[in-house]
Amino acid sequence: MTNEASFVYTEAFKNYKFRDNHPFNQKRVELTYDLLKSMNALNDQQIITPRVASDEEIALVHDRKYIDAVKRASDNKLAQEESLEYGIGTEDTPIFEDMHQAAAQLVGGTLTAVDAVLSGQTKRALNLGGGLHHGFRRKASGFCIYNDAAIAIQYIREKFDYKVLYVDTDAHHGDGVQWIFYDDPNVCTLSIHETGRYLFPGTGNINERGHNDGYGTSFNIPIDAFTENESFLNAYKESLTEITEHFKPDIIVTQNGADAHVYDPLSHLCCTMEIYEGIPKLAYQLANEYCDGKWVALGGGGYDIWRVVPRAWAQIWSVANNHGKTFSGSVPKRWLDQWQNESPVNLPTTWHDESSIYEPIPRKEEITEKNAILVNKLLEPIRNEQKYML
Amino acid sequence: MLVEEIMSEPLVTINSNDRIEEALELLNKHKIRHIPVVSENEQVVGILSDRDIRDAAPSILEENQNRQILQHEVSSIMTTPVITVHPLDFIEDIATIFYEHEIACVPVTKNNQLVGIVTEKDLLYRLIQLTGIHEQSSQIEVKVPNKVGVLPNVTKIISDRNTNISSVFIYPYQDSYHEKIIVLRIQTMNPMPLIDELKQHGYEVIWPNIPGLSK
Ligand SMILES: [Zn+2]
Repeated sequence: MTNEASFVYTEAFKNYKFRDNHPFNQKRVELTYDLLKSMNALNDQQIITPRVASDEEIALVHDRKYIDAVKRASDNKLAQEESLEYGIGTEDTPIFEDMHQAAAQLVGGTLTAVDAVLSGQTKRALNLGGGLHHGFRRKASGFCIYNDAAIAIQYIREKFDYKVLYVDTDAHHGDGVQWIFYDDPNVCTLSIHETGRYLFPGTGNINERGHNDGYGTSFNIPIDAFTENESFLNAYKESLTEITEHFKPDIIVTQNGADAHVYDPLSHLCCTMEIYEGIPKLAYQLANEYCDGKWVALGGGGYDIWRVVPRAWAQIWSVANNHGKTFSGSVPKRWLDQWQNESPVNLPTTWHDESSIYEPIPRKEEITEKNAILVNKLLEPIRNEQKYML
Repeated sequence: MLVEEIMSEPLVTINSNDRIEEALELLNKHKIRHIPVVSENEQVVGILSDRDIRDAAPSILEENQNRQILQHEVSSIMTTPVITVHPLDFIEDIATIFYEHEIACVPVTKNNQLVGIVTEKDLLYRLIQLTGIHEQSSQIEVKVPNKVGVLPNVTKIISDRNTNISSVFIYPYQDSYHEKIIVLRIQTMNPMPLIDELKQHGYEVIWPNIPGLSK
């Protein structure tokens, strides 16, 4: 019998830690796990303890020389000159002890989620410890050492020859995954992110549509800074629905970075918990419609680890496990009592956010209009193609 | 930066007495918009664009007439004489030529022989590289007084944080003589600590601020 959903989890995700006070903090996964436990929404039969990815698996995407460099850095045996060439030892991705092992554990988590879905053991699987979308073939960047999402997609391609739709709703462009599959027509990438005008990594423009055989299977919506729920969700729903219908994937992989929230310190988007209900709901629905349910959901960015990430990620689980339904009402008291002392900010007491958590955005109408124009431009080739087929 | 650094090899050329139809085929096949027209001894004698062909055979209704036109020689509709540049010209000069002559492509010649071609696209791509967007980076803009020594002060604050700079450019702030904007693309996903430090040093940092929210 196939389970509705599985949750990949190990305490070892927390070993992926650059240093104290680094914005990337895997405690988020523990906080989410504990929130779900407090909701009595996650039982032990649904939890899978992940394996660690092998070198061969990591090499599905990454250069052997790069893997070797990460390993040497793990033992503090990598000269600075060389490390910078590989993007490690920087402010963003500093070297830490056993970093290879910690990074391979995150990749293993994502592959475990993929295995669970591909084997038919479960319809949907979450690995919130994964989703490190900035990693390049031979370069770490933006807090990402190994690109578990790309490795998992390549793994799916080689094992099952499935057509994979990758959907990235992190506030930053999912550049690593996009470039790795830029000329692959069987992997379609869609990334919705704050424009790269100021924000890292700077790419993710609408005209990045793929290359050679892969032309037309890369989609980007660089929305404006200060975009709010309604405009974000409109862009997401319109693009994802039409792209899924057009591409007809066999499986959907989502990257669920939770850094588009107004509280997030690294982006300038002004969304609230509303998008973190809408995002998984549509992914769930489209996976049911096109992929016989097959959906692998990953984590990603998310730097307000107390007020934003646990609720946002818990909703993915709720949707995946409970027929597309989200949590509502109060956040369980047990969870608040457990963590409030440790948290530097007041923890939220409800699943929804009040719209009063930020002041009205001055140029809202224009921002909304600009985003809508962008989506039309993005989907124009698909719509034209459909017109001529009729 | 020199023209020879950004030009592409002219893989596709056409002879001035070839038929327009052949030129059209080449344009479509190579997905290009301009073909340098050369003489027997490889000298550039003109340039032919997709627009020249469209102008010559404008109406899709008059199919017969169009077909006839396509049989004419390339020389009958090509642009000639053609503006060319030298490999050692500066790319800024090309930008000026594109602007002044309202064209989008120039052949590059040396000793009258065709050695390359530069299109608007090549120039734009290089501009994107100059602004550093090809490397994963964040952009910050710092408003500074227009005086000696400010740039090294700003870049030192960045380098002290072990953060690499992808590109720098400087332009006047609203045509003011007293202030400038330094635009930097820096290789970090988290510029916030750096922005705070620049502010502590008294610099104004232009970076999107969410109104009414202190993060
Ligand atoms: Zn992000």
